Amino acid sequence: MGAGIGAGIVALGAGIGIGTIGGSAMEAIARQPEATGKIQTAMIIAAALIESAALFGVIVCFIIATS
Amino acid sequence: MTEKSGKFQRIVLKIAISLIVLFAVNFSVHAEEEGSGKRTDFILHHIKNSHEWHIATFGHTHITVPLPVIVYSTDNGLEFFMSSDFKDEHHKAIEHSGYFIDDHDHLKPVNADRKILDLSITKNVASMLLSVVILFSVFISVAKRYKNNTLSPPKGLQSLIEPIIIFVRDQIAVPIIGEKKYQRFLPYLLTVFFFIWINNLLGLLPAAANLTGNIAVTMTLSIFTLIITLFSGNKNYWKHIFNTPGVPWWLKIPVPLMPIVELNGVFTKPLALMIRLFANITAGHIIILSVISLIFIFQSLVIGPVAVIFGVFMNLIELLVAFIQAFVFTLLSAIYFSQAVEDHHEEEPEKIAA
Repeated sequence: MGAGIGAGIVALGAGIGIGTIGGSAMEAIARQPEATGKIQTAMIIAAALIESAALFGVIVCFIIATS
Repeated sequence: MTEKSGKFQRIVLKIAISLIVLFAVNFSVHAEEEGSGKRTDFILHHIKNSHEWHIATFGHTHITVPLPVIVYSTDNGLEFFMSSDFKDEHHKAIEHSGYFIDDHDHLKPVNADRKILDLSITKNVASMLLSVVILFSVFISVAKRYKNNTLSPPKGLQSLIEPIIIFVRDQIAVPIIGEKKYQRFLPYLLTVFFFIWINNLLGLLPAAANLTGNIAVTMTLSIFTLIITLFSGNKNYWKHIFNTPGVPWWLKIPVPLMPIVELNGVFTKPLALMIRLFANITAGHIIILSVISLIFIFQSLVIGPVAVIFGVFMNLIELLVAFIQAFVFTLLSAIYFSQAVEDHHEEEPEKIAA
């Protein structure tokens, strides 16, 4: 059960992080639509790095759950 | 103009439909296998490496491709078997010539004292050889076209690969490592990018091996990055690690705290690369497999279509993740290389605001 709660909290953390990044990216694109390409690229990179942190947690939860 | 855009739209539509059909087939191939045993066995079986290549199961018939088992031991030397030798007609594990394959798909000697080296062509190795064949055939043909017709405009496969190579060069190598030094590292960056991308993509097909989701494979890739970083480190790089400028002396002299922290950083960066790639790919596969398992857990007519749609959606996201993870691995490797070859910057004196 601990693994389940842990995975939930991990998803929460990832959601908050990527949501913040996405929000700032939207604002930045709204301010300067010509820079959309660069902002999108940076947003995707940041999202990938945040997701990797979240997946560290998921792996730990998975190991707990299956052993 | 309108005819060309109409043609393009038709091609995109065809590709989209075939992708969706492919993923739906993926589902039906997996779906047959759900049966007795713990729920997680089905998922783990598809994530893990194995000595045979299991393609599908229809009812009670398993379609598997047996793979070579190659063992080296000091007393018996190099021995070759087929993985089908280790199973009898009812697919139960048996021992053969003093070895057997246990429940975790590890090859073990019957006499537990012997040390063996398992050099088998497992599912992952076979998948890697397949992806290597694909990569060689694509890139050698593209390179030959460049060598033979240097000045003609790109055609065919060349026009697919060239923009991607230029993307890696102009968006990853040059901005990060710099105009003067990127050429040393560009071959490795391109290799690792295409290797990870093609293996991520191959892992999404039905009956595929989960190669980049195997931590040994990602560990090897990140060790390559570590070795290249360490061997191209210049004096400035090592100075930053062992004698970080701008850090007070008492963090370095009695107890070298700062050097220990920096040295730690040298090893945790490739470690993070390894876990990031492994976790992203494996988690993606687990999500898709769990969605399929949902169909069998609920066994309701409503859940079926919902799960299939959600699964197709997750598969499309995994396509994006396949590219993003290759890109992020390459990007971070380039950042580590740039730190290794960075020139010494003079410390600017602090400016007092006027």
